[in-house]
Amino acid sequence: MRRRRRALTYCCRPCLALGTLAPLLLSQPLAADEMPKRGGTLTYLIPADAPPSFDAHKESTFATVHGFAPFYSQLIRINPDNPASTTDIVCDLCTGMAQTDGGTTWTFTLRQGVKFHDGTPLTAADVAASFNMIAFPPQGVLSPRVASFLMVDKIEATDPQTVVFRLKFPTAAFLPATASPFNWIYEKAILDKDPHWYEKNVMGSGPFKFVGYETGQSVKGERNPDYYDPKLPYLDGFVAIYADKEATRVAAIRSDRAALELRGMPPSGRDELTGALGDQIAVQEGDWDVGSAVTVNHEKKPFDDVRVRRALSLAVDRWGGAPPLSKIAIVQTVGGLVFPGSPLAATKAELEQMAGYWPDIEKSRAEARRLLKEAGAENLSFELLNRNVDQPYKYVGTWLIDQWSKIGLRVTQKMVPTALWFDSMRNGDFSVVVEAPGYGIVNPVIDIQKFLPAALAGENYARYEDKHAVELYEALLHETDPAKQRAAMRAFDIYMLDIQAHAMFVLWWHRIVPYRSYLKGFKIAPTHFINMDLARLWLDK
Amino acid sequence: MHRYLVSRVLLVFPTLLGAAALVFILMRLIPGDICLVRLGSGGTSFSAAALAACHAEIGIDRPWWLQFLDFIWGLARFDFGTSMWSGKPVIQEIASRFPVSLEVAVMATLIAIAIAIPLGTISALKQNTWIDLAVRTFSIAGIATPSFWLGIMSILLVLDLTQAISGHPWMPSIDYVPLWKDPIRNLSIVMLPAITVGYRYAAVSMRMTRSAMLEVLREDYIRTARAKGLLEKIVINRHALKNALLPVVTVIGIEFAFLIGGLVVTEQVFNLNGIGRLMVLSVQNQDYTLTQALVMLVVTIAIVSNMLVDLFYAWLDPRIRLA
Repeated sequence: MRRRRRALTYCCRPCLALGTLAPLLLSQPLAADEMPKRGGTLTYLIPADAPPSFDAHKESTFATVHGFAPFYSQLIRINPDNPASTTDIVCDLCTGMAQTDGGTTWTFTLRQGVKFHDGTPLTAADVAASFNMIAFPPQGVLSPRVASFLMVDKIEATDPQTVVFRLKFPTAAFLPATASPFNWIYEKAILDKDPHWYEKNVMGSGPFKFVGYETGQSVKGERNPDYYDPKLPYLDGFVAIYADKEATRVAAIRSDRAALELRGMPPSGRDELTGALGDQIAVQEGDWDVGSAVTVNHEKKPFDDVRVRRALSLAVDRWGGAPPLSKIAIVQTVGGLVFPGSPLAATKAELEQMAGYWPDIEKSRAEARRLLKEAGAENLSFELLNRNVDQPYKYVGTWLIDQWSKIGLRVTQKMVPTALWFDSMRNGDFSVVVEAPGYGIVNPVIDIQKFLPAALAGENYARYEDKHAVELYEALLHETDPAKQRAAMRAFDIYMLDIQAHAMFVLWWHRIVPYRSYLKGFKIAPTHFINMDLARLWLDK
Repeated sequence: MHRYLVSRVLLVFPTLLGAAALVFILMRLIPGDICLVRLGSGGTSFSAAALAACHAEIGIDRPWWLQFLDFIWGLARFDFGTSMWSGKPVIQEIASRFPVSLEVAVMATLIAIAIAIPLGTISALKQNTWIDLAVRTFSIAGIATPSFWLGIMSILLVLDLTQAISGHPWMPSIDYVPLWKDPIRNLSIVMLPAITVGYRYAAVSMRMTRSAMLEVLREDYIRTARAKGLLEKIVINRHALKNALLPVVTVIGIEFAFLIGGLVVTEQVFNLNGIGRLMVLSVQNQDYTLTQALVMLVVTIAIVSNMLVDLFYAWLDPRIRLA
């Protein structure tokens, strides 16, 4: 067998990285000549209640990542100096990565001398054990991201400094899956002893050492003097406070009880802070890798009829609705199935070819009325299920009802608590629902799994089966040539959003992070999960 | 009196058992699944196998009757199990939050008593004067004002005032510290929510004190006391107020029990990590074990508080003590 060894440097893709930087609006650009200062304790807010556990391998909530990411390292990650990029993946614990065997073997060489906070040397065995726990969890161990590693056959440590991932097939989805911000590296000896240990304890090799956790209230960390990069972190420590009420968070930042919250605020929060504090507040904004989607239950009549589903999409004026909605809600960018900042995303011109994205809304709505008439559903009325959360669910839901009323549909909205919302979707107890699929890292090929037919994706609440959709996805998953992959993604997008209207996207979320201007080194990313280790943040006080 | 006490204590057990059965059934009647909330909260995809593993991990895949027996057996041994959400012992989850709610409740009660009894008494004594009108307006405003609005307004007021005075907006810390660790910081954190809650609490008690005093002041024995030439101070304090306090004590007892689990909005507004917030969170997350334990805690506090009120009645009114 001919072995081909090709080193990939994902950090050297400036064309893609620049493309994703473009939509970012930095109201206070970072000065290149600012020299970071050491010292100080950063206090920040986590807009959530206490997480179920400290173990990112098992959880999906940012409440775990925001509080505990500073204690951990990853094998690879999105470049912390360029987090706005969706493709700039660089080493964290590794010093090099290479693919061989036609892209089915990935070899990572680890840094020398990295230690866990208890002094234990970090080796390839720890990395392999951590990824095995995520990709192949043993019986009784929870791992929600097994599907992200569907391409992985085997993970092994070939020597103390080398980890090898053997894939079933080459795919571009592997690297971002491995760089997911949930993939913290744990100590193998601890995992071997108790795979649940990390749920209630902390032992990492990250820039900060764990000091304490006040149940449901705060997490404290202090500088790790043995961090592998002796320049980092700049801070002496941090205090992360859980605060789920927006008014409290705004007041806390205003009074300087905290410097920022790392998730994102609605426009009203940003305006209140900038209005009260002027240049003491800086703001960074950008597209957010969470989409406002509408899921139509194919098992409920008349939504089994593609004409009705297309009519629902055609009625919504995405281009016209985005500007006013973005003033009051955390949505802004019109997009398809793929995060707008990704190289795989449809361009505006490509979007405008699809039903629901036509630039002429009157033509679009006339077509919607025609389709409804043809399907015998002109006077259709239904209930829109929505999550009882202000931003942006209520805003999007209310706007959608108005949009649908323009083609004569009578829609009422049912707001339910999160648990009931999930339960209704899972049991098919809805006709149309507002969802918000969000991701830890931009990995379009994995992200769109949610929209695959129900037999493949248990979380696809549209409840449909479609062999052709599966074929299109398989082609996409196995394609490694960027141009061909992009073409395959377009075909999937058009089939899913237009031809069959199995899925419906309206607007992608918009991340707004206001923060105290003395805080430096913060760079906004397209997800609120990445770049959370705080290593590069510093205080200019 | 002893027989009375024993019968009250014995009544506690069927009440607790009834509450336990009720909360167990009600929680399972609410549609929802803790594992869906846990796995899906980040918006990421998860497999059916992950969902099944989650169900198995927290034990909700077992028959409900087995879960009920476990719960009751645990109650009998004061073992409330582990939280389905955090995996930590329920006792630990509650113990870390209880002091916060208790402190706010006690302080609010003290504030309420300090305001309600003097003002309610003065209002009754000065019936239909401008003083009475002012006190009644003050109390009606307290009842009508929602706690969350008052809480947010009080924070904004502090922020705006401090910004206007010093140029730097200030508000109390939102990171709670226990009283014994840092009393000044603790009091600065707890004072505002205690005043916010205490005001509403005082308003209710004030109206009760006023009406009870008005009723008592018209009684024959008050007239007799005055006819005997007793000092007005003695008539009011020893004869009128002591008797008028009976319904006031009932209100204070009920309100106190409510405060332990009912400070939901206040705890959220002031970012206090108390029992009320934990209760809402546990219901939202469908954390059966934690919700059951919290309900049992609130029921127990209500029972104990009622018993204490009854005992206080006996101290206030010899007719009850000697019956």
